[in-house]
Amino acid sequence: MSGLAWGAFYGLAAGLVIAVAALIGVWGERKVSARIQMRIGPQELGPFGLLQTLADTVKLVLKEDITPRAADVRIFRIAPLIVFAPIAMSLAVIPYAAGFAPLDTSVGVLFFMAVPAISVIGVLLAGWASRNTYATIGGLRAAAQMISYELPRTLSVLPFVLLAGSMRPLDIMDEWRWWWIPLTLIAFVVYFISSVAEVNRGPFDLPEAESELVAGYFADYSGIRWAIFMMAEYGGLVAASLFGAAFFFGGYLGLPGALGVIVLIAKATLIATAMMWVKWTYPRMRPDQLMGTAWKVLTPMALVQLVIVGAVIPWL
Amino acid sequence: MAAEIGQDECFVNEVEPSVDELVVNIGPSHPSTHGVCRVIVRLDGEVVTKAEPVIGYLHRGIEKMAENRTYLQVVPLTDRLDYVGSMYANWAYCRAVERLAGIRVPERAEYLRVIVCEMQRIASHMMSLGSAAADTGAFTMFIYAFDQRERIVEAFEELCGARLTYNYVRPGGVSFDIPEGWAESVLAFCRDHRTALDDIDALYFGNVIARDRMKGVGVLSAEDAVAWGASGPVARGSGVNWDLRKHDTYSVYPRFDFDVPTGTNGDCYDRARVRLFECYESCRIIEQALAQMEPGPINASGMPRLLAPRPGDAYDHIESARGSLGVYLVSDGSVRPYRMKVRSPAFCNLALLPMLAEGHMLSDLVVILGSLDPVFGEVDR
Repeated sequence: MSGLAWGAFYGLAAGLVIAVAALIGVWGERKVSARIQMRIGPQELGPFGLLQTLADTVKLVLKEDITPRAADVRIFRIAPLIVFAPIAMSLAVIPYAAGFAPLDTSVGVLFFMAVPAISVIGVLLAGWASRNTYATIGGLRAAAQMISYELPRTLSVLPFVLLAGSMRPLDIMDEWRWWWIPLTLIAFVVYFISSVAEVNRGPFDLPEAESELVAGYFADYSGIRWAIFMMAEYGGLVAASLFGAAFFFGGYLGLPGALGVIVLIAKATLIATAMMWVKWTYPRMRPDQLMGTAWKVLTPMALVQLVIVGAVIPWL
Repeated sequence: MAAEIGQDECFVNEVEPSVDELVVNIGPSHPSTHGVCRVIVRLDGEVVTKAEPVIGYLHRGIEKMAENRTYLQVVPLTDRLDYVGSMYANWAYCRAVERLAGIRVPERAEYLRVIVCEMQRIASHMMSLGSAAADTGAFTMFIYAFDQRERIVEAFEELCGARLTYNYVRPGGVSFDIPEGWAESVLAFCRDHRTALDDIDALYFGNVIARDRMKGVGVLSAEDAVAWGASGPVARGSGVNWDLRKHDTYSVYPRFDFDVPTGTNGDCYDRARVRLFECYESCRIIEQALAQMEPGPINASGMPRLLAPRPGDAYDHIESARGSLGVYLVSDGSVRPYRMKVRSPAFCNLALLPMLAEGHMLSDLVVILGSLDPVFGEVDR
């Protein structure tokens, strides 16, 4: 029973964390994109416009939740949750501070790579249940894209499993050495690119390509359900940045308790900002180019990295 | 969704779509249709097997409305043809009227017309490049291009009080002379604009994803470009060296030294690059025109209040940002045109869409449509 209570507590906490992260993330993205585009961004509501996204959230919550007549109602309504829940779950295995990960499991790395993949089903269902041609194409694109980028993304974190000899994130953090950064540089490039693709952000935002599919798989969603999709996207961004900051840049290491968490978040913020920078600089890719990048460039790169790490290990 | 569209009277649906195909209705309200274009697309997976543009959503009957207005009252209507290049339609119409009525335009007015039209060309190309980039997802490039366009629009506002529908070129001349300090600010803009163009060239056309998206997409051969009546950057992107400013020259254009950029491959990349290079050339023309311009009258002397040309007809065309824009006028001797017909380059260029899009992917369709740069005020008229 205590497991269930812990689970319920964690679910609430993760939802809250993602909501706050999404609020700040949307604000940050607006500011970053504004600076890149020679604009100012939100500035009226609250200090530096920080409350703007809160006001937008209130607006979204109050909006009518429209279900299209042709939609498959039950699936249409549950799809955002299927997208959101796995993202929230994946936050559980990240090592936040020395000796602390909400879910301390011996297969943490596998968990982090495998569980968010479940949200593909939600995306596919959302696209299909909308009974809208744009949404259907968007959902199918998203499924193809997310599944393709799972592979290089998973391969890119395997070097850490090899180096530490464990899949438990806390073990990996204990074993972590500074020279892992230069050693796993190729893996970081692969991880960064495939994470951007995994959370459907530009230049890989094909499933929701505005100029082609209007909004892709969530074209027919409105109000709070639409907001849940956005939260899932930012949740994915947060999870990918935190995980990347922990493994590729040593996370909290060297600092005790809350200070370590702050450093981890600072490092993650840098990665997230880089992802926003990429989104607002690059054009969008075409589906065939996207697949080509995953299978012909990133996967071989990740394999080369594995060979390099494998060759180094006997000399340690 | 597909079932409802299947009822449409469009030829795409004359043949029942096979089970492998999906009929997608893009527009008339859609982020990348550049106005109100509707394209009915048949998709095999992501590949377009047939694309059919459906036009007419912005039809206002401008050519018919012109028949019930005096010659001067038609000028504001021409503003609303190509609403990102109002100066061109103004000028093309006024040239037809002047030819019909035998009006001689003073030299200063001709210079002013050249200056505003070359500025309009930059503004229109910035709109085209910016929205074509937004079609590929590069929204930042859109803002950069619009920043440039905004400065021209502000200059036009200072010149004639309007930001979009200028009503500036009138039969016999122009409506206002340039205000004090305007020429200097335009020269300053030309200097800044070259830097901005270099930025756009490096940031967007130098980007590997942008190149991959545009190169080899929507290839139009030079023969097809001529056969389909394409003009402007669409034809020049295919290597057809055809620019009315050079090859059927008009106004004071022979006095300026400028080049006509052409492409070689006829793909979306070349069409966009031609537009980019034309902006450099327009800057050159503006600078030369401002240097050569002499003080003088800006309107033909002895213009009657009501023009009533002798019965007859006249056709005149100019090189607009989209191609050769022509106006045909018939007079029956009254104060109103008997008939007006606009030869719209955007309409002719849009006709290429089904041919260019076939066999490409859905993502390419919007890029091809953007590279044809249709403005639906002019297509639908």
